Amino acid sequence: MSESKTGKRPVRLKASNRRAGRKHAGTVMIFLLLLILGVFMVLPIWLMLVNAVKPVNEMFMFPPKWYTLNPTLDNFKDTYRVLGQMWVPFSRYVFNSVFVTLAVTVLQCVFASMAAFCLAKVDFPGNKIINAIIVLALLYNSNVIYLMQYIVMAKLHMINTMSALIFPAVASAMGLYLMRQSMASVPDAMIEAAKVDGAGLFTICWRIVIPNQKPALMTMAIFAFQGAWNITGGSVIYDESLKTLPTVIQQAASAGISRQGVTMAAAVILFVPPVLFFIIAQSQVMETMAHSGIKD
Amino acid sequence: MPQPEKQPDQTGRKTKKEQRQQLLRRIRQNREAYLMMLPFMLLFTLFTVIPVIMSLPVGLTDFDMATFPPKWVGLSNFYNLFLNDSVFIKSIRVTLIFAVFTGPLSYFLSFLLAWLINEMNRTLKVIFTLIFYAPSMASGVYAVWQLIFSGDSYGIANSALMNLGITTSAIQWLTDSRYILAVVIIVQLWVSMGAGFLAMRAGFQNIDPALYEAGAVEGIKNRWQELIYITIPGMGPSLMFAAVMQIVSAFTADIVARNLVGFPSTDYAAHTIMTHAYDYGWVRFEMGYASAICMILFIAMYAANKLISRVLGKYME
Repeated sequence: MSESKTGKRPVRLKASNRRAGRKHAGTVMIFLLLLILGVFMVLPIWLMLVNAVKPVNEMFMFPPKWYTLNPTLDNFKDTYRVLGQMWVPFSRYVFNSVFVTLAVTVLQCVFASMAAFCLAKVDFPGNKIINAIIVLALLYNSNVIYLMQYIVMAKLHMINTMSALIFPAVASAMGLYLMRQSMASVPDAMIEAAKVDGAGLFTICWRIVIPNQKPALMTMAIFAFQGAWNITGGSVIYDESLKTLPTVIQQAASAGISRQGVTMAAAVILFVPPVLFFIIAQSQVMETMAHSGIKD
Repeated sequence: MPQPEKQPDQTGRKTKKEQRQQLLRRIRQNREAYLMMLPFMLLFTLFTVIPVIMSLPVGLTDFDMATFPPKWVGLSNFYNLFLNDSVFIKSIRVTLIFAVFTGPLSYFLSFLLAWLINEMNRTLKVIFTLIFYAPSMASGVYAVWQLIFSGDSYGIANSALMNLGITTSAIQWLTDSRYILAVVIIVQLWVSMGAGFLAMRAGFQNIDPALYEAGAVEGIKNRWQELIYITIPGMGPSLMFAAVMQIVSAFTADIVARNLVGFPSTDYAAHTIMTHAYDYGWVRFEMGYASAICMILFIAMYAANKLISRVLGKYME
């Protein structure tokens, strides 16, 4: 029966048949291993979620519980109430955070992709030096660097503006280096062929290379989103109406209502948006890899 | 000499003028590339390169952030670090133990997990990648670990051990200097499936499926051979990225320790070089001294990077 089926459509093999030596048992073993390790990874996060909805009287039970009998949203309500008492409406902080996060993510993906393409695939004078500087910048770590950044921003009159939160985050050496490394494995022949067809670098970059770099691009987007979402900018922003959500949530959790459940609730609120973005971005990668075609 | 302009002889001698003209010509040819890099490089120069250059000489000064200009003291910060600062010497030891345990181990684990996840189907790939990366996104999760390793019997670890009858009284995980470093290493490993892991996942996904088909035709028999002969050679640059990120996180980790076991930790048991820099920079406001500490750390990281890129480079060839 199966013979006649494959006989009708011999072209469409199942994806797993194409790969060498896949045994079903092996795949199941790998799944079980990942599951066991995964449970260990998730436990603390599960605990964070549980404690965020635990009522106060269950907090100090012995032995500590991994679940809660009467889940409550009190911790979230209290967090919201404290934030509601501030001078600026809560929605303003949300808007600030969303704006900063989207701006950083989009700008970094656009700027760093173009720069990474040139650094990986164009042999221009200065290429080697810039590549070396990128790696050095990644390794360099100094406690006065923020001070120096502050001085630069002050000279550019950026202090206490949104640009002080956005632009330094856009210029991330990490995102650029990730893209550069990924683009290094794009076959030169593909770019040469496009050049012969009369395409300029800009076209090659956006039409040919970047569509094939979805995995790295989405990974960079995840890093950018996550980094930008957690920006507090304590020293460069002092106007209450320009503060971001993490800044005020941390203030509320640590100073306003110092209670463990509230700390957890605050952590959960800050945790959810990056996770949602992560799921969207990773699903994107899966979608595109199904029909991409880099051929050497 | 046929066409001396278009094909300059690399080995032959050229006058300075010819070299300069050739350079200018190449710059002109590549002006589209420069234009494309301009937006990023402008921001990168302003907010990374210039601050880095400005911070370089601070290690040679005595700088308390209040007196300008900082007092030039030459290399005396470095002399003091190695000759008069016993806590710094201790922090070198802690950092090395820490880096050896968390660096190579989590690099290997990241790779292994990224590979195993790649063997799953589409939905499971997303789910497992999320599970292992989730700790890196939960920035406020230290509070949970404090709950787990809490020193009283309400702590999860203590209550589990006491219920099982392994211990009879609560262990002071976060303040007993015998356990501190181990606890910090465990938590660091937990959050270490981070940038490197995700980049490796991207590296695996970026490999052309056609290569695997070709491999199957040419006699690759199992997952292992596929990994060695097709996957790893295809994702070399991503492996290098992950290595650099691993070096950075292994050497500069101090946030986990500071949040978990407090600062300073008992007997400086979790006092890394980075913690020492934090101490002098943001507690004592001796920025010059703190910068000197960071400089030493940077040199160590640079050396580690050179070593690893040599090893990886050899392997990739």
